[in-house]
Amino acid sequence: MTTRVVVLDYGSGNVHSVVRMLERIGAEVELTADRDAVLAADGLYVPGVGNFHACMTGLRAVGGDELVRTRLAGGRPVLGVCVGHQVLFEGSAEPSVGGAVPGIGCWTGSVVRLEASVVPHVGWTTVRVPIGSVLFAGVERERFYFVHSYAARDLPAARWRDGAAPLVSTAEHGREFVAAVEDGALRGTQFHPEKSGDAGATLLENWRKSL
Amino acid sequence: MAVSVAVRVIPCLDVDAGRVVKGVNFENLRDAGDPVELARRYGGQSADEITFLDITASSAERDTMYDVVSRTAEEVFIPLTVGGGVRSVDDVDRLLRAGADKVGINTGAIARPDVIAEIADRFGSQVLVLSADVRRATDGHFEVTTHGGKRSAGIEAIEWCAHAAHLGAGEILLNSMDADGTKSGFDLELIRAVRREIGIPLIASGGAGTAQHFVDAVDAGANAVLAASVFHFGQVTIAEVKAALRAAGHPVR
Repeated sequence: MTTRVVVLDYGSGNVHSVVRMLERIGAEVELTADRDAVLAADGLYVPGVGNFHACMTGLRAVGGDELVRTRLAGGRPVLGVCVGHQVLFEGSAEPSVGGAVPGIGCWTGSVVRLEASVVPHVGWTTVRVPIGSVLFAGVERERFYFVHSYAARDLPAARWRDGAAPLVSTAEHGREFVAAVEDGALRGTQFHPEKSGDAGATLLENWRKSL
Repeated sequence: MAVSVAVRVIPCLDVDAGRVVKGVNFENLRDAGDPVELARRYGGQSADEITFLDITASSAERDTMYDVVSRTAEEVFIPLTVGGGVRSVDDVDRLLRAGADKVGINTGAIARPDVIAEIADRFGSQVLVLSADVRRATDGHFEVTTHGGKRSAGIEAIEWCAHAAHLGAGEILLNSMDADGTKSGFDLELIRAVRREIGIPLIASGGAGTAQHFVDAVDAGANAVLAASVFHFGQVTIAEVKAALRAAGHPVR
C-alpha cells in the first residue's frame, strides 16, 4: 500500500531534496499547502530553514499552524524538521527583523541559542537515542547532518503534551540539546534527515513505515 | 569524543559551462568530468558535503549551472553548496530553489558587504558561506584578492573574515591563493590567524597534496577541509583523508 506524504509548501528554502528523498524511500509525495490534501495525507512533513520568526510567518500565511494542530488532535502523524521542528515549541530566542512570532506550541518552552565556541553547529554529529526509538531503528549509532544556531535545551516532563511521555534523543555541541523527539503522532528532528545520506534515508523510511 | 561534530571533508567541483574543470592556480584548466557524475561518486565515497564553484564567465551560460545543481540534488542526498557569480538576494533565491543548501559569495560581498546581511536576514546565516581568496602581500600581511588571485581588493583578510561573520555569514571558506595548486600544504598561519578572530565554522582550502596536509589544517583550527584536483585525479582519496584524521584523534563520519 502506498503511503501518501504531504510536504507542507509555505515557501521554505530547499524542499526539492525533501521531496526526492521521500520518493526514494517509497512514499507518494505531494508538495502543497492545500487544506484537504494536508489533512488527508498519511504523514505531514513540515520543513523549515532560516529564521524561526520568518518561518512562522510563512507557516501562518498558509494556515500551517492550524493544520498541524488539527492533524494532531486527530492523532494524525506530523514530522517537523530543523526549523520545522523548532516551531513545534512555543517560541525562539532568535532575533527577528519583523517582530517575534510565537511558535505552534505543541511543547512548552522556547528554543535557545547554542552555547559553543563555534556557532552555527554545521556538520555530521552522533545522536544519543533512547531505547524504544522507532525513527532511529538500525541507525542508532550513525551521524546525521545538522545546520543550526538554536535548539531546545531539553524537554522535561513539565513541557510534555497531555498524557504523553515522549522519547527524546539528544546531541551535543558545546552543551547537550534536543536532537529529536518522538511523541506519539508528533515527531521532530533538529537535523536534516533528507541531507543525511543513507542514515537519513533509513530514518525517513522508518517514519514512513510507521504511518 | 563520539558526540562531537565530525570534521567535514569536502570535494570542490569547479564548473565551467556544465563541465568540471580545475587548473593549477586557476589557470591551465583541465577537464575532469561531468559534475553530476562526480558528485554522485563523491557522495558514495563518504564526502560530507559537495561544493560547486561556478566559474562560467558569461551570464548567458549561468542557466547551465542551475540545471547541474538541480540534477545533482535529485540524486545526491548530502549538503550541496554552490558559489560563483552570487551578488544579490535574488541570486541566492534562484540557487536555493534549484536545490542548493548553501550558497557561497565572494566578489559580490566585497563589492557590497551589506548583501551579506540582506541574505542572512532573508534566508538565515546557515545558507551563507563567505568565500575569501587570500594571499600574502609583500609586507607580509594577508590581503583579499579578486579575479582568481590576480588583483588585490585592498582589504585586510583577517578583518574581512571577522566583519563578514559579524554581518551574518554562517561559515568562512578560506582559500589561500599562494598555496592553491602547489600541493605543498595549507597555509596554516593563515588558518590560525582567522580562527583566532571568528566563532563560525572555518573551511580551509588551497594547497592540499597529502592526507597529512588535511590533518595539519584541522590541527590549525579548521572545522572542515576542502580540495579539488587531488581528489579529482585520485592522488588522495576522501577515505584516506578520513583515516588520517581519525588516526590523529579528530572525529570523522
